[in-house]
Amino acid sequence: MSTRTASVLYDVPGPRARRRYLVAGVIGTLGIAALLWWVVATLADQGQFDASLWDAFQYTAVQQRILDGVLATLETFALAAAGSLVLGSLLAVGRLSDHRPVRAVCTVVVQFFRAMPLVIMIFALYQAVFTAKPMWGLVIGLVLYNGAVQAEIIRSGINAVPRGQAEAAHALGLRKTQVMSLVLVPQAVRTMLPAIIGQLVVTLKDTSLGYIITYSELLYVGKLIASNSDGYPYIPVVLVITPIYIVMCLALGGLARWIESRGRRGATRRGAAAA
Amino acid sequence: MGIPFEDGNFSLFVRGFLGTIELSALSALFALLLGFMLAAFRVSPVPVLRGFGTAWVTIFRNTPLTLMFFAVTFVLPRLDVHISSFTAAVAALSIYTGSFVCEVLRAGINTVPLGQAEAARSLGMGFGQTLGLVVLPQAARAVLAPMGSVFIALPRNSAIGGAFNVFELFSVQKTLTEKGYAIFAIFFWVALAYLVISFAVGAVFSALERRTAVAR
Repeated sequence: MSTRTASVLYDVPGPRARRRYLVAGVIGTLGIAALLWWVVATLADQGQFDASLWDAFQYTAVQQRILDGVLATLETFALAAAGSLVLGSLLAVGRLSDHRPVRAVCTVVVQFFRAMPLVIMIFALYQAVFTAKPMWGLVIGLVLYNGAVQAEIIRSGINAVPRGQAEAAHALGLRKTQVMSLVLVPQAVRTMLPAIIGQLVVTLKDTSLGYIITYSELLYVGKLIASNSDGYPYIPVVLVITPIYIVMCLALGGLARWIESRGRRGATRRGAAAA
Repeated sequence: MGIPFEDGNFSLFVRGFLGTIELSALSALFALLLGFMLAAFRVSPVPVLRGFGTAWVTIFRNTPLTLMFFAVTFVLPRLDVHISSFTAAVAALSIYTGSFVCEVLRAGINTVPLGQAEAARSLGMGFGQTLGLVVLPQAARAVLAPMGSVFIALPRNSAIGGAFNVFELFSVQKTLTEKGYAIFAIFFWVALAYLVISFAVGAVFSALERRTAVAR
């Protein structure tokens, strides 16, 4: 919002208000600069910028490990994303079914897995079944939780398709499965794509739970590097890993915005994903 | 199956349950404060503050919560900051959740049509009246449902604290697993505890929504 566009919270500023904003801007800049300076100074005081702490990153072996960690994260994410979308579609269709028992079962499944902390599920799966293969514990946990969330997103998308669409399809003599797969789901998916991808960002972030079950994704790799290098460079590792995660998530979010701007032929709605 | 009622496990469960609630409640409080502050920054007329708010929210919404727990647990001691793992967990959770609260508030304010404020001003209302009597009440109503999902997610997210030395329900699961009970039986009881918490928070928010609902 530049000062020219109106806001619901304040009027277009006059000369005095503009001066006030300027003063607030200067004070704000100083405050933020002081905050940044304090952070950098604290880090420097504790010797966190000493070359010795950053040495580890010069070794090809360490760089390779970080790369492997990123790839492991992406692999888990790809499997979990594909799985959760398939499960989500199935559960969504189940929740919209005409048969009461199917509806009831799917509702219970969705509600249960949405209310469950992922750590709890992943840990139970890891301990009970996948002790030797932590990746599958992580993937299946992610699929169950995100599948349940995606189901709700897809279901609300299908419900948001105008009723006339389904009625027209039925009137043309299409069967229920055809109405769903040819008419309703394609439209629903397009409207809900931003919300679906928003949930995929959550899925991507949650792959870091692999850390807890010692699966060597990016965060766990970071911990290994930090605890095995001279001087325990935890802070350098965090400073290296965090931007990697942020860039991956922003790239996915950018994809969502791009698709949204492309598909703005129908009524596109954007739903915020929960934390 | 009756694990909570064997060998004094009951007190373990109670401690874990209270730990989860304490962690979630404190984090919710700080997340709200932080979220309000960030939202105020993001809708303020001062570009620098808006930029700061945007940068902050972008960074912390796109950082995995596990990484934030990792950071407060391992980074702060390197800086000679020694706080209890509970305090560290509250910090990680409130910073993470605070940026989601901020986005919900901002979206809520954006749902209020501009005409509402213009009408209020043309009636001669001052800034405080426009904000307090017209804009915020409408924004609050729009905000309740998404705010509910943020605060239902919070106790779930707090479970990660258990992996970083905070005693709560996930720690109970780990302790009982080490004691050698059947894993899915433990899962059942811990899951039940989380369902209770989720539904309690959900019930509070749907009650609030019912009370503020208007016929449109």
